[in-house]
Amino acid sequence: MTDSIDRTIFGELQQAAGADFVIELVDTFAEEAPGMFAELRAAHAAGAAERFRRAAHSLKTNANTFGATALGIQARELELGGLPPDARAIDALQSLLDATIPALKELARG
Amino acid sequence: MAERGARLLVVDDNKVNRLLLARNVTLQGHQVETAENGRVALEMLRRGGFDLLVLDIEMPDLDGFQVMEQLAADPALRDIPVIVTSSLEGVATIVRCIELGADDYLHKPVNAVLLKARIGSSLEKKRLRDQQKALVERFATSAVAADLLQSGFTLGGKRVQATVMFCDIRGFTTIVESQGPEETIELLNTWYTLMFDAIAAQGGVVNQMIGDGLMAIFGAPLPVAEPPLAAVRAALEMVEMIGLLNTERASEGKAALAIGVGIATGDVFAGYTGTQERATYTCVGDTVNLAARLEAHTKQAARGILIDGATHEALGGRVPCEALGAVQFKGKAQAVDVFAVAATPAA
Repeated sequence: MTDSIDRTIFGELQQAAGADFVIELVDTFAEEAPGMFAELRAAHAAGAAERFRRAAHSLKTNANTFGATALGIQARELELGGLPPDARAIDALQSLLDATIPALKELARG
Repeated sequence: MAERGARLLVVDDNKVNRLLLARNVTLQGHQVETAENGRVALEMLRRGGFDLLVLDIEMPDLDGFQVMEQLAADPALRDIPVIVTSSLEGVATIVRCIELGADDYLHKPVNAVLLKARIGSSLEKKRLRDQQKALVERFATSAVAADLLQSGFTLGGKRVQATVMFCDIRGFTTIVESQGPEETIELLNTWYTLMFDAIAAQGGVVNQMIGDGLMAIFGAPLPVAEPPLAAVRAALEMVEMIGLLNTERASEGKAALAIGVGIATGDVFAGYTGTQERATYTCVGDTVNLAARLEAHTKQAARGILIDGATHEALGGRVPCEALGAVQFKGKAQAVDVFAVAATPAA
């Protein structure tokens, strides 16, 4: 799964911020992501398009920070695509996130 | 404020972004504090001490646009440089940020090297602005400086209702002849400091220093709630300050100082006069001439503070005054009612 992460971007992040700090940052993302997803699902259930867009935007930004490009692309599609008719796209994003976080942790810890 | 070691505020509702930006800024040698939304950021900024703001756009409570709008409307905050960091797409967002006064715009994820360059550039611009502001304030008083910085400089003026004060030291020539030049300059500096403080405390602006005298305006360039009352209160405080100074001088065996103050209220033409290269903020008109005449008349009237009828009427009995009757001043077609502010024998 580490293949879905852009090693160059991740390496630049480690170089700029420090490898130890990036471990903490990935852990923070792992802690924060469930909240972002809860917001995404709640906004979808409520039909709140702007809230939905913001939650997807946050996920996209964080994914891109770590070079998790596949996650970033899917989150961007949700951000710009408006409220989806059902939760399938959200479920797909969730699955991708669930696979991405362990990969990021693995990369961060070398 | 040096380019390094500045104090920055990072504002972002996303914890990962906030931590990473704060880390980058810290690694550059700056102090950093963080806020998770625009409302908290404004509260922190109003407590003061920040040199630069790194601001996200998409935030709950107050978003980045709203923060910049509030910064622009607040004279105390509008000079703080703002670097926007956002991953919002489209040129419209960037344009709006620049229009609202952002110094720079960086896309997320923010490149650390680019961030460092932009922070350095913004801090340098702020340093130059602060330097310019300090220079203007040194030579133009803080009120005129604020007017200049807010409205810009243009020669010309406008008619405004204001109260004008003239003040000078009685018998200054005798004092000068009895002491050395260093002591005279020191005395003048002390006197000016005391007078400036009393005038500024009431919202007045000293716009001319003329040897042992000065001219001050209340109500221009910045508005004052009640210019006549403010001017009279300032004059009373000036007389009180001279009393304290005289106590000190007496203990050193030095002669007492006395001042005369003339105050008049009415229309004046206020603005910047001179040339594009060298100009001063001043005001002219009958009211100015009358205030100067009243100040000169304090010697003859043996009173410390003299005011005209318009100033007296505006006081509405809140400051005790004594009517001295009508006086015919040189250059005035009609005699002018003159009042002495009570408890002010020749100061």
